[in-house]
Amino acid sequence: MTENNDNKLIELRNVHKSFGKTVVLTDISLYVKKNEFVTLLGPSGCGKTTTLRIIGGFERPTRGDISFDGKSVLNLPPYQRHVNTVFQKYALFPNMNVFENVAFGLKIRGRQSAEINEKVKAMLKLVKLDGYDKRTVLSLSGGQQQRVAIARALVNEPEALLLDEPLGALDLKLRKEMQIELKNMQVKLGITFVYVTHDQEEALAMSDTVAVMNNGEIQQIGAPEDIYNEPKNAFVAGFIGESNIMGGVMREDYVVSFGGDTFKCVDKGFEKNEDVDVVIRPEDVDLIDAKEARIKGVIKNVTFKGVHYEMRVQAENDYVWTVQNTVMSPVGAAVGIRVEPDLIHVMRRAAG
Amino acid sequence: MKRSAAYPYLAWLAVFTIIPLILVLYYAFTSVSDGAVKFSPDNFVRAFEPMYLIVMWRSFVLALAATAICFLIGYPAAYILARKVGEKKSTLLFLLLVPMWMNFLLRTYSWLTILERNGIINNALFALGLPKMDLLYTREAVVLGMVYNFLSFMILPIYTALSKIDASLIEAAQDLGAGKMNVFFRVIFPLSLPGVVSGVTMVFLPAITTFVIPNLLGGGKDALIGSLIEQQFLRVGDWRFGSAVSVVIMGLIVIAMSLFYAVDSDEGEGGLF
Repeated sequence: MTENNDNKLIELRNVHKSFGKTVVLTDISLYVKKNEFVTLLGPSGCGKTTTLRIIGGFERPTRGDISFDGKSVLNLPPYQRHVNTVFQKYALFPNMNVFENVAFGLKIRGRQSAEINEKVKAMLKLVKLDGYDKRTVLSLSGGQQQRVAIARALVNEPEALLLDEPLGALDLKLRKEMQIELKNMQVKLGITFVYVTHDQEEALAMSDTVAVMNNGEIQQIGAPEDIYNEPKNAFVAGFIGESNIMGGVMREDYVVSFGGDTFKCVDKGFEKNEDVDVVIRPEDVDLIDAKEARIKGVIKNVTFKGVHYEMRVQAENDYVWTVQNTVMSPVGAAVGIRVEPDLIHVMRRAAG
Repeated sequence: MKRSAAYPYLAWLAVFTIIPLILVLYYAFTSVSDGAVKFSPDNFVRAFEPMYLIVMWRSFVLALAATAICFLIGYPAAYILARKVGEKKSTLLFLLLVPMWMNFLLRTYSWLTILERNGIINNALFALGLPKMDLLYTREAVVLGMVYNFLSFMILPIYTALSKIDASLIEAAQDLGAGKMNVFFRVIFPLSLPGVVSGVTMVFLPAITTFVIPNLLGGGKDALIGSLIEQQFLRVGDWRFGSAVSVVIMGLIVIAMSLFYAVDSDEGEGGLF
């Protein structure tokens, strides 16, 4: 992520949004590069959809600016912005058939019918709906409606495609298939995607860049790996994947205390004795013989998750650890917990 | 739902719709000669005499005019109503419905006092030094009465249809490049058509058969089909001819409505009904 200005297709600068007295977005700054797949990730009510609607032109920021290609589009209505949206519930026109839905944008722009015909046919083929032209949209399955919605947006050759939880209404299997298909389409067509979801797995699987949002603020922006491995705060750590998050104290560089003991770690740059949050991913916890361990506990319950077992370990200091391991330890067994220093991740505690 | 739940309705239908309908058909297709009742088309032959055809045509034209005016006023009103939110919306709906609480006859009578020679309008004109006008007992007064009485039957179904349109469809159209006109004519209006169809039906049907309005505001000068039927039953006492005219007008309405629905479902690609 270089700070190269020409590369920023969409940029939000210090965007604030409130509806009446309700503050929805606080100081959102974010840019999307050409051909990038950016995901706004967060729980419901975090402001991710509002951010997308500001990009689409359906909401106007209370403060701040938004620009496409360096030019402010603050005053441009949706129909003058070169982006298209795939709406959450598809919003297909029920009074038109599949062909007419996809052709809508081209017709509005007054294209020749031969050109419309050709483009719509090609687009329906791309989304694997060739032959469905004359079908009414309500006769289609959820997955097919979703494809029509994508085709209807893409046929206009937008500079960026905005997707608002597009897979939310699909079942798990179809969702996984569509994730791969969408990603392939994005790479193949070279179109910028701004994607909104609350599903962290989806975000990690598809995105080049993830912006994690909570309470109308961006918590962290980065590549999926960075977000997962180096969460900036307890919220990000808790939202992305499962985590053991504990309060701790940074004694000095490379030394942190938590869970009633002091451990070596690889983090530095904190104040002496600063209160911190410590994150340890469940898959990074080793279960060892209780006698050799500094943290001792008892297995409280075991859940089989397919690839691994997930176990809750009640430690002596009352913290309940989540541990993932391919080897099962029976409920009631006394175990020891060990974490390698480089797998202990120390985060600054969020103010307030 | 249990089938038996429909029985009261079926009984109602039998007593108040089917039996009267059979009676009307019986009277229409029979006549009395030499004291004996026998089947005959005489009543229909009479119903198609030019004098009565003119009455039917006039009724049709006036009802159509009233329906068209109701649509032209009602659609924008419903549109404005559908876009309002909260308290304003309730107030407007309330104002729209208040006249409906009043008796139909009273509502129509009230126009007499407004339109008559010494009514409110003419007195106002006189006060301004303008000549008085003959407002009452004209066809315009009849159409006005129809519009006034049936307008809410146009507004309410259109309002309901418009309210049901998902806001995201409008946003989707804007997103795809549609300005206000395109959004309205390509998305909102087509999706509100079911409401328009109901509204037109609910205004046209009572308008073409009403006899109170032409009697009061038209002064019975130009007979309309409803008054004609009323006369035959209540004043002349010729039930057979009255029934025949009823059957003819029923046939005309069925034809007109099925044409209307056919056109509508063509536009809606069969998806609306």
